[in-house]
Parts: sequence; structure tokens; C-alpha cells
Amino acid sequence: MATAEERSRLRDVPIPAIGGVRWLLGLVVPALLVVVWHLLVTTGVFAAHQLPEPLRVVGTLYAMGVAGDLWGHVAITLQRVFFGVLLGVAVGTGLGTLTGLSGLASDLLDPLLQSLKNIPSLAWVPLFLLWFGIGEGAKVLLIAVGAFFPVYLNLSTGIGEVSEDLLEVAEVYDLGRVEALRTVVFPAALPSLLVGIRGGVGLAWMFVVAAELIAASQGIGFLLSDGRVLARPDVIVGSILLFAFLGNLSDLAVKGVQRRVVDW
Amino acid sequence: MADAPSEPTLSVRGLTKRYGDTVALADVDLAVRGGEFVAVVGPSGCGKSTLLRVLSGLEDRFEGRAAVDGDDVREGGSDAVGMVFQEPRLLPWTDVRGNVAVGLPADVDAADPDARARIDELIRIVGLGGFAERRPAELSGGMKQRVSLARGLAYDPSVLLLDEPFSALDRLTKHEQQDHLSDACAERGTTVVLVTHDVEEAAYLADRVVVLGDQPGRVETVVDVDADRPRERTDEDLLAVRARIVEALGV
Repeated sequence: MATAEERSRLRDVPIPAIGGVRWLLGLVVPALLVVVWHLLVTTGVFAAHQLPEPLRVVGTLYAMGVAGDLWGHVAITLQRVFFGVLLGVAVGTGLGTLTGLSGLASDLLDPLLQSLKNIPSLAWVPLFLLWFGIGEGAKVLLIAVGAFFPVYLNLSTGIGEVSEDLLEVAEVYDLGRVEALRTVVFPAALPSLLVGIRGGVGLAWMFVVAAELIAASQGIGFLLSDGRVLARPDVIVGSILLFAFLGNLSDLAVKGVQRRVVDW
Repeated sequence: MADAPSEPTLSVRGLTKRYGDTVALADVDLAVRGGEFVAVVGPSGCGKSTLLRVLSGLEDRFEGRAAVDGDDVREGGSDAVGMVFQEPRLLPWTDVRGNVAVGLPADVDAADPDARARIDELIRIVGLGGFAERRPAELSGGMKQRVSLARGLAYDPSVLLLDEPFSALDRLTKHEQQDHLSDACAERGTTVVLVTHDVEEAAYLADRVVVLGDQPGRVETVVDVDADRPRERTDEDLLAVRARIVEALGV
């Protein structure tokens, strides 16, 4: 009896009451992990030169922030990701639309693009260095390659999968090619495009690391490899956390746009 | 003009439509005069919807001839044809007004005040006055069906095809919408082909009722409805017509 009572009390209590702060629950486990991490280092399970304690990482980032050099790294990485995503999404949208709409274009291009997407990001790096040098252009292009594929793949399939029922409506009401694209096909494919952009932004962060690890004198990826060279685990872990933070932030931003745009 | 009666608005001759090995329609003949209201009834799977798909130009391949005002439906004849599908088929991302506007003829700008007024009038006629800004997801099945009907009326075609447009409506709304449809089509001289399961509806609305037989779909009987308009649903003549349709259906 007591258990049943307890259960009903549990159920009654309150999902709505904590609804507003429910997302905080997602922080509980990470917070615990940080505590465990701290304990593991302070009790000597991990040597401090391999894994610094959490506060030291925060301290290092803070010091770099105060000294000012952190912002340069963050800014240049953000800039690369931004332009890379812009380029990748633009080209992906263009080619995705083309192959989605035209069977001929799809037959010609899709097999090639499908196989190119399987090339790992790091594999491109030497070639891009050779072709485009170590300038910003090479990095932006590399990131664009990463952002391109999810956008292309999702949009191309999305356009191809627009409901036949709605296309027939467009046909019966003689909307005409352009009007049918505007009122039916593009809105119907918009959710796919946004899923693609979200994936593209995610991959852009992977590719920016590839680009910056190998050929950069600035950026969070450079910081990461610099940390290894200087044997500064605090810098390494700090850079990883920065990537995590910025990656999440950009994902949340795209998700926000997605929710606003795809609201039906 | 003198030979107008000899050339029907809608002309179907020897129409046979196969899907693979399945024969959906076999040697169907049908002539519908301008302004006539024809109902098509028949058992499920007898090809009623297929007939509408052919007439609306959605099927490229069939044998025989199907023409609207003398033009083959595969060669532009279907431009004059509007269709209200069995399912609402609304655009989920736009509101009722936007969905009805899809039906506007190509030369009408949806932003034009007259076009807007007409759309709102149609929305009101189908009984959705307060719902112009709702999205399909916020509407019930019957409401969506009425949006789809309004879209078909917005197209203002010379031939309107309707595939069970009232099937999801409650009895009262159904009667209301049947009257609206009948009035609107009579007023504009629209030629109508209505597919329905509802014998009462067919008798009440149509000038002629085409009864299709079991697979493969053939024209079983054509029942003329000689009742004066406006009609009463309880009209003796209509009851007799209903009996004849039911008999032809063999139920």
C-alpha cells in the first residue's frame, strides 16, 4: 500500500512545477563528472601533467581571456566556421536543389557527390594545403566541404520526396512550374534543408579542427596543438571545452531558427 | 452555338485504364453537357476516383478518348478542370487563406483586394469564417475537407470534379455544404462530376447519376433525376431515384 501511495505521490508531484527548470537536470551528470574529475586528479589517480584539475583549466582560460589572446583565437575560429558554413550551405543548397529537381542532374552528379562524402575530413587537408596554401581561403574551403554534404544530401532527398499528393494539387490547379516550386516544393523541402544545415554546422566544427590542427598560427585548433607542443594539458582540455561550448551554442542557434521556421 | 448540344463539355469514349494487370476502368463512355451535374456512384474500387484522375489530366496513359470542350485532357483540355481530392491535401505550412488561394486561377494575383475578398467569401461559404488564419494542423478532418472544397471553388473551373467532398462532414454540415455547392455551380454554370458513396447525396444533387459496376469498372446504368430544383430532400421523385440507384448497385 505504501508503495502505491508513494508512487501516486511521485506522479502527482510535479513535472509541471519543475517544468521551467527541467533543462537544468541535464547539467546534473556533467556536474558530477566534474567533481569526480577533480577528485581523481587531487587524489593522484591521474598525474597533473596528464590531466589538470578542473579549476586549473578554468583558471587558464580565464587568464588567457584577461590577457586578451584568447579572444583572437576564438574570433578567428568563429570567422572560419561562419564563412565556411556560409559557402558550404550556399553551394549545398544550389546543388541540392539542382539534383532534387532534375533527374538528369541527379544522375550525373549524385553518384560522384555520394562517394566524395565518404572521404574523411583529414584526408582533404594535404591536398587543400597544396592547392590553396595555408591561408584563410584553404581553411574556409575545407570547412565548406564539411558543411556542404549534409546540406546537399538532405535537401536533394527532401526535394525528391515532396509528397506526390501535393504535387498533384499543384498540377490540377495549374500553378505552373515556378509557382509550384515557390508554393509547394520549396516550403515542403525547407525542413530537410534545416536538418541539413544543422548537420552541416556540426561537421563544420569537425573540419575547423582538422584545418587548424595542421596549418594554423591562430584559432582554437591551433591552441589545441600548441597545448600539446608545450605540454600544457590545461590548454588542451580548455580548448576542447571551448569547442564543445561553441559547437553547442551554434547548434542551439540553428535549432532555434529551425523551430521558428518549421512551425507547422 | 447551334451545334453546342452535339459537342458535350465533357466527353469520354471507350476509356480503358489499367494499372499493371489491374483494369480500373473498362470501355467507359460518358458525355456531360455544359452546366450539367453528374454524380458517379459505385462500389469501392470500381474506378470512380480513377475516372476523375483521368479527367483532371493526372493520368497520362489510358486508352480511348477523354476531352473537355473538344480538347484531349492530355493536351491542355484539363486546364479547364478543377478537382477536389478525396483527401484534403492541404499545404501544412500555410493557413486556410493561403490554402484556398492555391486554387486561384494563374492570372489572378492573390494579393489583389478583389481576390482576397473572394477568398474570404469562399472561406465564409464553407463555414470557416473565423478560421482564415489557422493552419491545417489546427483543423478537424471535416474542416480540412471544407478548405479543400473552397480551394476547388476558388479555381472557378468550367468543369469541377469532386471526389467524395463531404465524406468527413457531420450530417447537418453536409446538407449545408451540398446546398452551397449546388447553388454555386448553378450560378456559375459549372459542369460537375461528383463521385460519392452516398446514394441520397447523388439523387439530391445530380441531374444524372452514373452507376459504375464492379471491377473492371463499367457503366452499369445511368439514372436520370427528373426532379425540379430547388429540391426537397424528401421529394417523392428523389426517393424513387434513390431506389433505382440502389437497385442498380445491387446492394
